[in-house]
Amino acid sequence: MRTRHIAITLLATASMALTACSAGSLGSSDDSGGDGKVTISFLYDNGSETAKIGDQLVKDFTAKNPNITIKTETRPQGTDGDNLIKTRLSTGDMSDVFMYNSGSLFQALAPEKNLAPLGDTENIGNLDKNFTTTVSSNGKIYGVPWGGFMAGAILYNKDVYAKLGLQIPKTWDDFMANNAQIKAGGVDPVIQTYGETWTSQLFILGDYANVNTADPQWAEKYTKNQAKYATTPAALAGFQHLQDVHDKGYENKDFASAKLTDGLRYLATGKGAQYPILSAMVSQLIADNPGSEDKVGLFPIPGTDAAQNKLTVWSPNGVYIPSSTTGAKLEAAKKFLAFIASTDGCNSQTTASTPTGPYAVKGCTVGDKVPQAVKDMQGFIDSGQSSLALEFLSPVKGPALEQICVEVGSGIRKADAAAKLYDEDVKKQAQQLGLEGW
Amino acid sequence: MATTTVHRSARTRSDASAAGRVRAHSPYTNWFYLPAAVIYGVLFLVPTVIAFYFSLTRWSIFDSKFIGFDNYKTFFQEPALVSSLWHTLVYAVLTSGLKVVLGLGLAMLLTSQIIGRGYLRSVVFFPVLVSTIGVGLTFTVLMNPERGLINQSLDLVGISGPGWLTDPSLALISVGLVDVWKGVGLATLIYIAGIVSIPQEYFEAARVDGAGAWDNFRHIVLPLARPATVTVIILSLIGGLRSFDLIWAMTKGGPGFTSDVIASVIYKQYQAGFYGLSTAGNVVLFLVVTAIILPLSRFLNRKEVEL
Repeated sequence: MRTRHIAITLLATASMALTACSAGSLGSSDDSGGDGKVTISFLYDNGSETAKIGDQLVKDFTAKNPNITIKTETRPQGTDGDNLIKTRLSTGDMSDVFMYNSGSLFQALAPEKNLAPLGDTENIGNLDKNFTTTVSSNGKIYGVPWGGFMAGAILYNKDVYAKLGLQIPKTWDDFMANNAQIKAGGVDPVIQTYGETWTSQLFILGDYANVNTADPQWAEKYTKNQAKYATTPAALAGFQHLQDVHDKGYENKDFASAKLTDGLRYLATGKGAQYPILSAMVSQLIADNPGSEDKVGLFPIPGTDAAQNKLTVWSPNGVYIPSSTTGAKLEAAKKFLAFIASTDGCNSQTTASTPTGPYAVKGCTVGDKVPQAVKDMQGFIDSGQSSLALEFLSPVKGPALEQICVEVGSGIRKADAAAKLYDEDVKKQAQQLGLEGW
Repeated sequence: MATTTVHRSARTRSDASAAGRVRAHSPYTNWFYLPAAVIYGVLFLVPTVIAFYFSLTRWSIFDSKFIGFDNYKTFFQEPALVSSLWHTLVYAVLTSGLKVVLGLGLAMLLTSQIIGRGYLRSVVFFPVLVSTIGVGLTFTVLMNPERGLINQSLDLVGISGPGWLTDPSLALISVGLVDVWKGVGLATLIYIAGIVSIPQEYFEAARVDGAGAWDNFRHIVLPLARPATVTVIILSLIGGLRSFDLIWAMTKGGPGFTSDVIASVIYKQYQAGFYGLSTAGNVVLFLVVTAIILPLSRFLNRKEVEL
């Protein structure tokens, strides 16, 4: 009896030891064993087009580099995502490669402390300067571009415009005159979708090219607390435009609850005529509404001067490596970033999703089969009729702008009060960043 | 009468201190407190004290800088603060009031002789068991002004329903109603326990005196179910004051800021990366809740002794 007892104990111990052993060896091959195989993780947001691009990049890269395996992870968009990124960076628990905004949000990550500089990485010299300035800190580049440049502009349904015989507006007054005719024609002139609050900000953020025209130094003064939205007429105009559109009843009836996909559908089907939104949403527009690529065009948010009709441009998101990635994983991660910054990387992204703007990699083309809205956008960029958005020229961006815009667009708050409130909101951000003059 | 009360409560107090003395002489050593004390200290006391320090700093998760009381100044100047305080109060009073009225009504119904009483009791209690976020998301879909089931049903009878969650003047109330739907089961349960514990002799005596159903309710149930009422009010008031999950799941404080409560204001500051500021907000919330709950719970305890 006793011997049997001992035997069972021995067996149990041995099997435990065996399992432990095999688990251990599995773990080491997962990291970087003697055979040179490396697994890295790659984090991007959960947008529907984002996943397609991410998966295609991983597929094409690993086909060429069979020794590297890439596990993909997704995160929420918006402020939830910002929080997740910051928390994971500060705890040293970040994925080996991650995708995140460039510009002011990138600066808030304290890049010199938390990210790995890409100075010696292949293909970094191929990147467009307009992009690299938005992912640099103290002269060091930290990111490669994900997707192309975007515009914050008005997408419009060309059929509706043709049917009503309308011209593309070059000033805000023209725009409002068009709206009156569109409404008389039984179509909702301006689509708004406050079911997703970020979509409410375009009349303000996309209007920056006009502010820049009025005062090219505005971003600098704004960063130094010398210029305010409430006291600069050109900047206040954005809030005023949003209020005008609501006061005249030009929004779609369900503006308060509609979501981005609803807005894009209204635009594609001609239920709504114009949608102020980021041009990157064109890829979702086409994916959700096949056949809309030639029906939807783009024009900048109009200002006061028809001769200065400029487009507000967003720099692409970046792909970064956190400083917690080291050794063989860092090598593999840099290889992956070099791939994204190559023409092969652009082609891979073009395969996955319709390009929505020019790439920030030299030698990359979007091809001939681009949607009408992207062609319209390209015209403005090629002729220099464009300006970067404020968030790439100043680190100051208040977190409550979406809610404030929803209030103005829903008639809860007036434009001038909203601009004042936003100036207050921005103050907290500037103080948090430790900027001088606040 | 007054003397009895004083006498009785004095006796209770001396009983309590006698119990304390007995505990001091218990055969168990005080070291047995240690494991619980360590867990409580590490998970509660230490973070609380650290939070008091970080509320005095500008804290960016990567580093922090001591700035004195600036965060508190900013927090009290927050334009959303006054409106959110008001919303919190409206929400707490609305939900706890409705829970008292509906809970008492349902409890009266469910303690009377009706068919399917056990089944109905579980139906009323069921929403309490469902996850708050799940309830919030479900009702967000149901309350959609154009495609939601509620307004589509109203359309069938010719009423065009309002934008439950999108109308600025209705959003907070709509969320409050969902909170009541979810929480009334618990209030009912407490009331059922209170009503069932009323001795039948009172009702028999009242019947002999010729009392009707209303007299029974007004002069027997209502006064004798008072401990239950106090419990329901306190529990739902606390729940209402610190409510966050349902509001966040349904409106995220929107449209604009029209359904923001203190907790959601603090959460948004945290989301924006203003960690020092939101910690200061939490310290303020901690003090406010303590200031309300301490006197309330004393009040509650005194009532229990008297009854």
